Amino acid sequence: MNFFIVSLIKTGLVAFALLTTLAYLQWIERKVLAHIQLRPGPYRVGPHGLLQPLADVIKLVTKEGILPPQAHTFFYLLAPILAVSVALTAIVVIPFGPEVTVFGVTTNMGLADLNIGILFILAISSLGVYGVALGGWASNSKYPLLGGLRSSAQMISYELPLALALAAPLLIMNTLNFREITVLQGGYWLGFIPKWNIFAGPFPQIFSFIIFLIASFAETNRVPFDLPEAESELVGGFHTEYSSMGFASFFMAEYANILTVCCVGTVLFLGGWQPLWPAAYGSDFAPVVILFGSAAILFFHGANALKSRLWDRFSFPVFGVVFLILGALFLVPVLKPVVVPLFWFLSKSLFLVFVFIWIRGTLPRFRYDQLMRFAWTFLFPVAVVNLLVTSFLVAITSN
Amino acid sequence: MEGLLFLTFATIAVLCALNLVLQTHPISSALSLIGVLGSIAVLYLLLGGEFIAAVQLIVYAGAIMVLFVFVIMLLNTGAEKQPTRKIVVTWISLPLLFTFIALAAMLIAQQVPKTEVVTFGGFSGGTTLSVGRSLFTQYLLPFEVTSILILIAILGAVVLARKEI
Amino acid sequence: MDFLPATVPLSWFLILSAILFTLGVAGFLLRRNIITVFMSIELMLNAVNLTFVTFSYRLKQVDGHIFSFFVMVVAAAEAAVGLAIILTVYKNRSTLEIDDVSSMKL
Repeated sequence: MNFFIVSLIKTGLVAFALLTTLAYLQWIERKVLAHIQLRPGPYRVGPHGLLQPLADVIKLVTKEGILPPQAHTFFYLLAPILAVSVALTAIVVIPFGPEVTVFGVTTNMGLADLNIGILFILAISSLGVYGVALGGWASNSKYPLLGGLRSSAQMISYELPLALALAAPLLIMNTLNFREITVLQGGYWLGFIPKWNIFAGPFPQIFSFIIFLIASFAETNRVPFDLPEAESELVGGFHTEYSSMGFASFFMAEYANILTVCCVGTVLFLGGWQPLWPAAYGSDFAPVVILFGSAAILFFHGANALKSRLWDRFSFPVFGVVFLILGALFLVPVLKPVVVPLFWFLSKSLFLVFVFIWIRGTLPRFRYDQLMRFAWTFLFPVAVVNLLVTSFLVAITSN
Repeated sequence: MEGLLFLTFATIAVLCALNLVLQTHPISSALSLIGVLGSIAVLYLLLGGEFIAAVQLIVYAGAIMVLFVFVIMLLNTGAEKQPTRKIVVTWISLPLLFTFIALAAMLIAQQVPKTEVVTFGGFSGGTTLSVGRSLFTQYLLPFEVTSILILIAILGAVVLARKEI
Repeated sequence: MDFLPATVPLSWFLILSAILFTLGVAGFLLRRNIITVFMSIELMLNAVNLTFVTFSYRLKQVDGHIFSFFVMVVAAAEAAVGLAIILTVYKNRSTLEIDDVSSMKL
């Protein structure tokens, strides 16, 4: 029974954290995009727009859900549910940290420790097509249909390089279990270069990582491959006809997919929860320094806030205190084995999320034929060659 | 626990299969088939076939059925017209079907002793490692032959999809 | 929960597989849409796969999994060619009713 209670608590924690992160990812995206384009971004709701996600949620929930008369009602309602539930399921196999003992209970910092972790992720992500395709078809309108068809073709095409890019590090790791993969990436070359998959092995997996990133941009329908929802040509793509919760579900599914892809990339290529440099050189204190440093910056800017930004005099010190408390958590010996790996895992994943937004702010959209040609004539052969070279080198060095 | 799992997913599988046969719109049938595939994948897990369960979802639900849904969406022919079959056919075929199922079930129940039970974890040879080892040693020739088969299938699909035909 | 058995008899899996196979046959014979007929075939293949995996459990050997793996590969090849044929049929005759596609030549 103990197992059930622990699992329930973990599921509750992860679900709460995941949904909050999803809501705030949108805020982060809007802010980063805005700063790339020299705009302030959301600013009015709460200090620096921090309550904007809450306002958006209230707006979307209370909006009228429109059911187009020509739509296939059942599938029209089913599609967003399918999309969001599939996208949220994928997070269960991600390990956020090593096996830890908290209050006498030893447990993994992840929901499920599957032997077939990566296969599970691939299976779940391949089911993600249905939400988009069905949503586009069930709307029974031309732009959503085009968006749905484009997206299914695109996702099928890019799944191949994605799977091939994932296979290469697995050859080195010799396991499909996410936790074991991360444990195997512990340690350092020459005492300071981490043995992550992008650096290590008989063949550094940097190429796999780049192919993985490109393919996952397409899998998650992000710029520069956001053709299924290209607003300049397809209005809104597959979710043109959706409003209110249907639209919100598709939106949530998109962000959940981005988060999952970033977590998978972190585990497979960036060493999961393994720190960037050895604990002997004080990597355990990096989060404390970062959080205390940001608190100091906040206090400074709070004290010297502009006249036009009087709010900051109050809100910045409050957040400074929050950051101080968070930093102090990393000094408590009981919590240290839990929060330090969590910090490294989250910082790497959020860096990848930042790369996603950065690309969105930088690159223009591909044309449809360019997209397909890129997948089949460039990305796929490169992934195959990468896999062949890796397997060849693994075969040579393992004997 | 196993009983509950089996009964739940077996019921889902049978209901989805029934739905597949009874629905007139192909897309409903396709979605029901995906339901059958998913519940059969769970039963594979119960039988200790973790690799085959994952492959079932990736290949069947994630690739083959996507193709089906894609084609249905592309052609968009709508629901099947009311079949012009005579009512007698239905009245004969349905009892025959039930008789066939009952006979098969009886035969199986007779042939397989009641002591043969399935417990979760009773067979641990279905891991990726053991399937892969067997696939690349004992079954290497069939494996290579299937790759040729797939190549031929790709060529066939390309030839058929050309405009001139 | 007493009415639920703690373990599942092996025969239940085989009976389930038989039911699914029969439903597949019924769909194959009764339906008139080519795509649905095709999906009924897939259902039959799946029922057979379930039997393979069940016997693999019984014999404690991995061979059943390999067989069902090959069945899946064949099903994938079949789906690619079959759907291409269906597309061509639809292009030439603008119908998917299987009774209207009874002659080899237009």
